[in-house]
Amino acid sequence: MMAWVTDYPLLAALLALVGLGAPFGALLGFAAVRFRAEGNPIADEINAILPQTQCGQCGFPGCRPYAEAIAGGEAINKCPPGGEATIQALADLLDVEAPPLDAEHGEEKVKTVAYIREDECIGCTKCIQACPVDAILGAAKQMHTVIASECTGCDLCVEPCPVDCIDMLPLEESLQTWHWQLPAPRSNNLEIIATDSVTAERAA
Amino acid sequence: MLADYSILLIGAILVNNFVLVQFLGLCPFMGVSNKLETAMGMSMATTFVLTLASACSHLTYHLLLQPLGLEYLRTISFILVIAVVVQFTEMVVRKSSPLLHRVLGVYLPLITTNCAVLGVALLNINKDHSFMQALFYGFGAALGFALVLILFAAMRERLAVADVPEPFRGPAIGMVTAGLMSLAFMGFAGLV
Repeated sequence: MMAWVTDYPLLAALLALVGLGAPFGALLGFAAVRFRAEGNPIADEINAILPQTQCGQCGFPGCRPYAEAIAGGEAINKCPPGGEATIQALADLLDVEAPPLDAEHGEEKVKTVAYIREDECIGCTKCIQACPVDAILGAAKQMHTVIASECTGCDLCVEPCPVDCIDMLPLEESLQTWHWQLPAPRSNNLEIIATDSVTAERAA
Repeated sequence: MLADYSILLIGAILVNNFVLVQFLGLCPFMGVSNKLETAMGMSMATTFVLTLASACSHLTYHLLLQPLGLEYLRTISFILVIAVVVQFTEMVVRKSSPLLHRVLGVYLPLITTNCAVLGVALLNINKDHSFMQALFYGFGAALGFALVLILFAAMRERLAVADVPEPFRGPAIGMVTAGLMSLAFMGFAGLV
């Protein structure tokens, strides 16, 4: 055996690599069949980026179905609650150009939270049925109220209210929602070279 | 016995830190350190794969290449072993634990190109480690990588909001920071 290896070193090397590669390939092939995963991992990642308002403004019944539609090739600019930031994140993930928001599905607004003027509420439960995230509490002929931390600000409860007692209030900044502002670029006309300012002064 | 292994671990984590002292695996160090969360995911995935790949390549070398007198094939064989280990781990994790896959999943394929993994495998051969030593050396190298990656990511999160002069923003200040961290880690020289 050893003599054969020293007599034909090139052939031995080739055989060793093939001998290493073939079982590995077989192992991976076996694993691909044995450990086949269900579900579409890219749809999971898209779903994680979408704002989870479940508002249906994109024309799909919720964020998860829209994420699956995007994975299948749907346009990425149909989500008004997410706005430009979501489109940009989706474009980065899918490695495509970021198109502007499709105005057909609505415009980007400041984040809001629903507020029920409770003395006007007649307890009709229509807003409870409309809420996609079950953030409205109440029973028939009882006053309703909104769980503010659960409300996604999707506007869907405003339309069905027969006495128009639901307001969409802008979300107040709290310790949980506050973000450190990124430093703004100081100015666009930076004086990189000392002579730049001199010529600018002369021109002025 | 125990002292030997702890010296091996501390040596790999602090004294001969793979990123900041031996300058291996700089690509993921700069690339995935923008957010603390992703850095943690990457650290966990690397720890897992590095330990496993270190042991597997040690076995390949001593059970296949050395008996056949084909030591010169070690680099290409190790690359093969690492790629297979990474792919196989990803498939198994995806099936067996979707939660772990969500944490590690995105970063696992990236590790194939992490040169620290190949570096550990080759250094094991150079230093003539036994199987257990190779296992501990790989684990220590991974812990060292995780330590500096998480520290660096935490610093870069602060740097992103700091008032840095405009020409230094982004990767430039990251490089400066990495250099200073490297200087600090050089101070561990002579500890073991």
